[in-house]
Amino acid sequence: MLQFSFWDILSNLLIATQWTIVLSLIAFVCGGIVGLALLFMRTSRIPALEWFTKVYIEFFQGTPLLMQLFLFFFGIALFGVEVSPWTAATLALTFWTSAFLTEIWRGCVESIPKGQWEASSSLALSYIEQMRYVILPQASRIAVAPTVGFSVQVIKGTALASIIGFVELTKAGTMLNNATFRPFLVYSLVALIYFCLCFPLSWWAKKIEGRLNVAR
Amino acid sequence: MSLVSIRDVRKSFGANEVLKGVSLDIAKGDVVAIIGRSGSGKSTLLRCINGLETYQSGSITADGIEVAGANTNLRELRRHVGMVFQQFNLFPHLTAAENVMLAPTVVNKVSKAEARATAAEVLAKVGLSEKMDAYPSELSGGQQQRVAIARSLAMRPKVLLCDEITSALDPELVNEVLRVVEQLAREGMTLILVTHEMRFARDVGTKLVFMHHGKVHEEGVPKEVFAAPRTPELQQFVGQVG
Repeated sequence: MLQFSFWDILSNLLIATQWTIVLSLIAFVCGGIVGLALLFMRTSRIPALEWFTKVYIEFFQGTPLLMQLFLFFFGIALFGVEVSPWTAATLALTFWTSAFLTEIWRGCVESIPKGQWEASSSLALSYIEQMRYVILPQASRIAVAPTVGFSVQVIKGTALASIIGFVELTKAGTMLNNATFRPFLVYSLVALIYFCLCFPLSWWAKKIEGRLNVAR
Repeated sequence: MSLVSIRDVRKSFGANEVLKGVSLDIAKGDVVAIIGRSGSGKSTLLRCINGLETYQSGSITADGIEVAGANTNLRELRRHVGMVFQQFNLFPHLTAAENVMLAPTVVNKVSKAEARATAAEVLAKVGLSEKMDAYPSELSGGQQQRVAIARSLAMRPKVLLCDEITSALDPELVNEVLRVVEQLAREGMTLILVTHEMRFARDVGTKLVFMHHGKVHEEGVPKEVFAAPRTPELQQFVGQVG
């Protein structure tokens, strides 16, 4: 039987960590783009668009991410379309991330004083122009800290993709445990790697939050 | 024909009717001072003129554009009707010059260089040439309000609406802003001001409007109206404020 040394275990986990990082980045970037589009709809004061985004956000915030992964993985297959774990995980994490980011960012947009909207509309700026030149430049400063903070949730969320067979850090840990029967060692290392990914982000989020408070 | 025409405008916030049939005609070059107690509807009336508030019945026309709810061409209207606010509402992430340049470049598609030249001109007019590159947080309240006036002027408005523009200022800063407004009045700018500065209303205004309980209670030439208020409400108001 094949023997796994400590370094074998660690190096295999680190290889799989790359996929956790890639999946997190894709989910975060795509989720951010979709989230920004949803943010414009959510704050547009056009009832149909606001209603749509509200339902969207309620759905993705109000159901477990795991259910969403299952829906994308098994649900789309029902229509005869083959879905790889990759595609399902990317789609589910993107939509899930976008729902949370939209709500975080909406809070930042709404914290901008009403006078900024009134002054810019009195200068004949359209809604899109107001957002682009007046509201978002101010709101984005406030949004950095909670957005970075939320990225930690995205990284941890990717662990669920292991359940539909996507080989990332958690799935690699499960596979190594099956081969080595050393669950405590393997999962300790898995946890440690997650911590090393997440801790710098939460530390950074705290730091910039503090800096913004001082500026005020 | 009048530049701004207000016909029997009624406006309610829920069950509370704040404008109960207001009519006013404002000609080019008029300097209209609207006075009255808080809650008399004067700010709401001003905000209806540039579409910041909607109204339920009546009609408002400004510079030939009908202000009527959802069908209003708000962009066209607001290119010609400027507004200055009590709280200045400068954009804090932009310098004084950038505040002034924003609408001309974004809305009127003027080049950066041309907009900067306009900014220099209007900021000079309000006496802030040397503050072009200062951020709002580096300016006093009076300076901020003068930048806000310059920002409106950069769009070359036909009418300028001023909503209690000195009310948030420390007393010693009020005059620098009023001097700017007085100069605009002398140059023939059409101004509609909601104000608590009675002396200013009397000396600079060409028309005084006293609002009471959502109606125009008394109007006329400021000096005459102040010298001999016809209604007891205005007599009492002038007595309290004057």
